[in-house]
Amino acid sequence: MSCSTRSVIARLAALIALLCVLPAAYAGYGDALNMPVGVTEVSREVYGLHMLIFKICVVIGAVVFGVMIYSMIYHRKSRGAKPATFHESTTAEIVWTVTPFVILLFMAWPAAKVLIKMEDFSDSEMTVKITGFQWRWHYDYIEEGVDYFSQLHPQHNEARQLGSDTDLAQFDNYIKEVDNPLILPVGKKIRFLHTAADVIHAWWVPDLAVKKDSIPGFINENWALIEEPGIYRGKCAELCGRDHGFMPIVVKAVPQEEYDAFIAEKKAAGQSAHNETTRQWDRAELVARGEEVYNRNCMGCHQQNGQGIPGMFPPIAGSDVATGDIVAHLKTVLNGVDGTAMQAYGTLLSDVELASVITYQRNSLGNAIGDVMQPYFVGQVRDGTSDSAPIASAQADEIDFLKIDDASTESEAGVDKL
Amino acid sequence: MSASSGYYIPHEARWPIVGSVGLFLFFMGFGSFLNDGSLGLPLLLIGAAIIVWMMFGWFSMVVRESEAGTYNGQVDVSFRMAMMWFIFSEVMFFGAFFGALFYARQFSGPWISGDGGGGAAMTNAVLWNGFDYIWPNNGPGKIGDGFAFNQGFTEMSWFGLPLINTLLLLTSGVTCTIAHHAIKDGNHEKMVRWLAATVGLGAVFVACQAYEYYHAYHALGLKLTTGIYGSTFFMLTGFHGFHVSMGAIMLFFVMLRGMKKHFTAENHFAFEAAAWYWHFVDVVWLGLFIFVYLV
Amino acid sequence: MSAYDTAHHDDHDHHGPAPGLTRWLYTTNHKDIGTLYLWFSLLMFFIGGAMALIIRAELFQPGIQIVDPMFFNSMTTMHAIVMIFGVVMPAFVGLANWMIPMMIGAPDMALPRLNNWSFWIMPFAFTIMLSTLFMDSGGPAGGWTLYPPLTLQMGDSFAFVIFAIHFMGISSVMGSINIVATIFNMRANGMTLMKMPLFVWTWLITAFLLIASIPVFAGAVTMLLTDRYFGTSFFSAAGGGDPVMFQHIFWFFGHPEVYILILPAFGVVSSIIPTFARKPLFGYDSMVYATASIAFLSFIVWAHHMFTTGMPLAGELFFMFSTMMISVPTGVKVFNWVATMWRGSMTFETPMLFAIGFVVMFTIGGLSGLMLAITPADIQYHDTYFVVAHFHYVLVPGAIFSLIAATYYWIPKWTGNMYDEKLGKIHFWTSTIFVNVLFFPMHFVGLAGMPRRIPDYSLQFADWNMIASIGAFGFGFAQIIFVWVVYKCVRGGEKATDEVWEGAVGLEWTVPSPAPYHTFEEPPPLAVINKNHF
Ligand code: HEA
Ligand code: HEA
Ligand code: HEC
Ligand code: CUA
Ligand SMILES: [Cu+2]
Repeated sequence: MSCSTRSVIARLAALIALLCVLPAAYAGYGDALNMPVGVTEVSREVYGLHMLIFKICVVIGAVVFGVMIYSMIYHRKSRGAKPATFHESTTAEIVWTVTPFVILLFMAWPAAKVLIKMEDFSDSEMTVKITGFQWRWHYDYIEEGVDYFSQLHPQHNEARQLGSDTDLAQFDNYIKEVDNPLILPVGKKIRFLHTAADVIHAWWVPDLAVKKDSIPGFINENWALIEEPGIYRGKCAELCGRDHGFMPIVVKAVPQEEYDAFIAEKKAAGQSAHNETTRQWDRAELVARGEEVYNRNCMGCHQQNGQGIPGMFPPIAGSDVATGDIVAHLKTVLNGVDGTAMQAYGTLLSDVELASVITYQRNSLGNAIGDVMQPYFVGQVRDGTSDSAPIASAQADEIDFLKIDDASTESEAGVDKL
Repeated sequence: MSASSGYYIPHEARWPIVGSVGLFLFFMGFGSFLNDGSLGLPLLLIGAAIIVWMMFGWFSMVVRESEAGTYNGQVDVSFRMAMMWFIFSEVMFFGAFFGALFYARQFSGPWISGDGGGGAAMTNAVLWNGFDYIWPNNGPGKIGDGFAFNQGFTEMSWFGLPLINTLLLLTSGVTCTIAHHAIKDGNHEKMVRWLAATVGLGAVFVACQAYEYYHAYHALGLKLTTGIYGSTFFMLTGFHGFHVSMGAIMLFFVMLRGMKKHFTAENHFAFEAAAWYWHFVDVVWLGLFIFVYLV
Repeated sequence: MSAYDTAHHDDHDHHGPAPGLTRWLYTTNHKDIGTLYLWFSLLMFFIGGAMALIIRAELFQPGIQIVDPMFFNSMTTMHAIVMIFGVVMPAFVGLANWMIPMMIGAPDMALPRLNNWSFWIMPFAFTIMLSTLFMDSGGPAGGWTLYPPLTLQMGDSFAFVIFAIHFMGISSVMGSINIVATIFNMRANGMTLMKMPLFVWTWLITAFLLIASIPVFAGAVTMLLTDRYFGTSFFSAAGGGDPVMFQHIFWFFGHPEVYILILPAFGVVSSIIPTFARKPLFGYDSMVYATASIAFLSFIVWAHHMFTTGMPLAGELFFMFSTMMISVPTGVKVFNWVATMWRGSMTFETPMLFAIGFVVMFTIGGLSGLMLAITPADIQYHDTYFVVAHFHYVLVPGAIFSLIAATYYWIPKWTGNMYDEKLGKIHFWTSTIFVNVLFFPMHFVGLAGMPRRIPDYSLQFADWNMIASIGAFGFGFAQIIFVWVVYKCVRGGEKATDEVWEGAVGLEWTVPSPAPYHTFEEPPPLAVINKNHF
């Protein structure tokens, strides 16, 4: 007994020592062990605070466990220890009430200072509004009038599907890559406005020590002043449904000039997007584009083959909506279906994307209606300048954008896959 | 010396499992009813019937045992404690709804209208476009509109029915106390008379409340779905109304037992439990009157 | 010592257990009901644990190999609900049922029929809860915290989830009322409040927490229900409500809830350590006051779960300071345990091993809790695996270890047989090693940026996750040993003495082992009470 007890205690001691030392020894090494120091003043202060309280905790732990271990070794019955009878000491109680309290004060003071700094929103130089969607981010450079969506990179999206069997090692930043990163200038105090369109998300970039909940119907603020150019990755940090794990954030911090160039380019692209929206598209083009849009936005529920999941998500193949009145179909997607997971895609997708996904659903996935939705018409329905009634009659008149385009009615093979 | 010797410990309890089955069927039924399941309603009704049966069975068993003198003073104390803590739990339940009302009025509402730290100003400017917060309201989205907010009505007026209801309940508290004193004097007839008055006042209260709801729905267009005001108004008054009904039913059965002369001047815990419950309902109403109607 | 009891018992043979199944269905006996609770929670532990293993299996490697993300979320949610409401809470109620009447010299619980009902609601509650997994729209998948609007997206099973929670709430409140009434009203003459074992004290305070917090939770989920089905606007901004309002109401319940899960554990450990240190509990009075302070503070710290929701600065500061304060009374408890061991005459039987494991690892979890309380740092920690590591340290080697310790400690009294000490020790060491392999790496990945509630992660977290998953399966395996030990002990074994442990103090050790069906039908004499308390 005594022998095994001793070895038991030795093992326990070793284990505890290991537990205490391990994090201390590793702190600061390797990106999979500790909090990043980050690239803002605030993030560095948070890191400092973290290490401070961590060390205090290690010391407290070491003292408490040390006394326990000593006691376990020397105050064992097998060593002939006779139990003492003391069981009370007001002095002791006061000491170990007051001492921790004082230690806490030493933690609370710097913590409050950092917190106050974090909450100081004054004098920001620019504003980005960040809206969380299931499951992508929308960035709006309020002063510039530039905005766009950012979501998991399509290749990563494919690789992460159940049963994809992709070799993940080929990705440098598996599920941390997006299609359109958020570009920010260094050296500027940037104010972020956080909100959400559907459920609560949280925009978190560890290197900036920025994490704030995006709450539908409310706007939260926080800020960052990035000091070094670089790529900083983050994640959505509030459970937001099925693909919560797949809404990464990539912030690309660049020098001011590069940022200005980016904004200028975006503004120009906005112009060309406008041209895309107003021009006439042919069906093959829309179906091809639509497949991409579908796989990115709709597949999660309606499935890649359009069969849906019985009882949860209706099939698109043979659906009354997707084979019925095209305007009603558009409106279903534009406005969503209240009280279901089918959300309003009007705010999420551009006119081109909507037109193409509608066209795709009607002409693929087992449907072959043959009609076409044009982007500019989406715009008209969107802002109410056109509605179902005139179209219904227009349909009868077979006006151009609804006319079956014989040239592209041939088989799907003619559509090149992306 | 032994306080616990003779403490009555029943040796079989058949009613609890019946109650569990009843609750189970009731809520399974309710659940599928909410999802438009066809089995929902029948299941719900069967469950409710079983629950009522259980209550009758359980309570009459307790009454029988009590009449047979099975319970000593210590058992009585256990019952009292149980009732007290049960009422306390109910207080906390109402607390959640009062808390919601308080939070909506003091925090979310002002925040949406731009009043508060952090992003409040932007919330108002960017998302809700200058929404102006005045209580009562149904939110910037004008959810379930129909109630004429800010057009003459400010809120459900406290003057009128609510005031009458307050007086009714306060009076019923008094009649209930008179009944209590009566039974303490061993006067069953007087107790029954005053209890009848209490139950009557409770019934009138519920009737008034029903009328108020009718009026709110049909004349004012104020519904459960009328934004946060409708939600808090109907949930608070509704749960309260439900509790008044339960309290009145309890008092009614106590009255019936009073007619059978079940109580003595010393031993009338059933009466007291129901009376405590009644006073609790009364106090909750005062809270409602102040926080829902008055301020 | 137990002579007066057995002698007395003989007169009451007609009160023995009823034969057959109805014994369990209709029982009003606190020991039977305690047993039912304990078996129920053991079963639920394996169900909740199996769910945890599904989680860990999916997280074994990056990429999605086994389950759909939606089902993964459902597992996370259900795992937590099962573990908290189906394992730890009922197990402690079971212990309360078994031990409190025996510890205070009462013949039974104050309200035996209600007691039966408290238990017999639970199987129905979990039948409903678990059946949602088989419904078309799947089980709840919005996290155990049920935050709207996400939770409101759930399909038809939503209503059933809410009702199941209502059931559990009813059960807990009734159970707590019973415990309060028992402790206040059923103590034998001379068993003053300050002579009660700490387990009784901690349960008294826990029961108060339950009665005060569970109805608030019931209110919160009722609002969810009406928002979902009846068109109310509590949690939607458009209607003038606020999703964050739910979080406030939830955590007003939720934070006291986590102390509900740990206070009785403190009581268990406070019983075990003095026994095996053969020395009275150090600072009994301060233990009682510390417990009460923790309970009080637990009602004013709730928003430390919400530091990223955009609370005003003043709120953040207040909740940071109040949360930090909880470390003080908790520290008092830890120091008192250590002081109890100090200059004792210790032996290390299995209950003591688990109790020591508890003190050490609970403290580790508590200290990481303290780190979480530091708001600016929590903004980084929040919703990462650092939080998962924190709460599993206080819950698994905390609450679960204390339950295991309690089982080893009292099972000789329950069954009359000693358990297999050797297997018990093996159980302890495998559990302790694997639980650390399982949860310690979560600190690292959490700090490095791995969010919680995700079915897939980036490659930098792969190694530690694999280790954690290995730990999970190891820990799960260790619990099979536990079941085996319990089974063996129930079936037979070396006969236990009445006192069972050399240094044991308390009325439960004055009755025979196994404890007769009815104990203390005549309350214990004053002399016995005075001899058997700290
Ligand atoms: C048994 C359950 C239990 C217990 C006891 C605790 C105890 C504590 N918890 Fe924990 N906690 C949870 C269960 C528990 N927690 C759960 C389940 C969650 C997550 C919920 C979810 O989101 O799903 C959570 C989350 C959680 C958070 C939110 C994290 C986040 O989401 O961002 C915070 C933040 O403050 C916190 C803090 C604390 C603190 C300060 C204590 C303190 O009580 C700890 C006190 C103990 C000590 C400090 C150690 C002993 C003391 C000494 C040795 C004295 C010397 C000490 C000093 C001088 C400091 N906890
Ligand atoms: C008392 C509460 C409790 C307990 C005991 C546990 C126990 C365990 N938990 Fe628990 N957990 C929570 C409460 C608890 N957890 C809570 C509140 C959450 C948050 C949920 C949320 O985010 O909403 C959570 C979340 C949570 C996560 C994060 C999920 C996510 O964020 O997506 C993980 C991941 O590893 C995890 C793992 C485990 C493991 C491996 C155990 C193990 O200790 C379990 C051990 C038990 C067994 C394994 C069963 C025994 C054996 C068998 C079943 C036989 C088969 C065995 C083999 C074949 C080996 N838990
Ligand atoms: C999160 C899940 C989800 C996603 C993603 C989703 N849908 Fe849906 N969709 C639904 C659900 C649920 C319904 C059923 C609504 C109802 O009950 O009427 C639906 C219905 C539809 C319908 C009507 C089908 C019918 O027969 O009722 C169409 C058309 C549709 N969705 C198109 C789309 C398009 C286009 C996209 C992507 C741009 C998309 N959906 C993305 C969940 C989703
Ligand atoms: Cu978005 Cu999680
Ligand atoms: Cu907490």
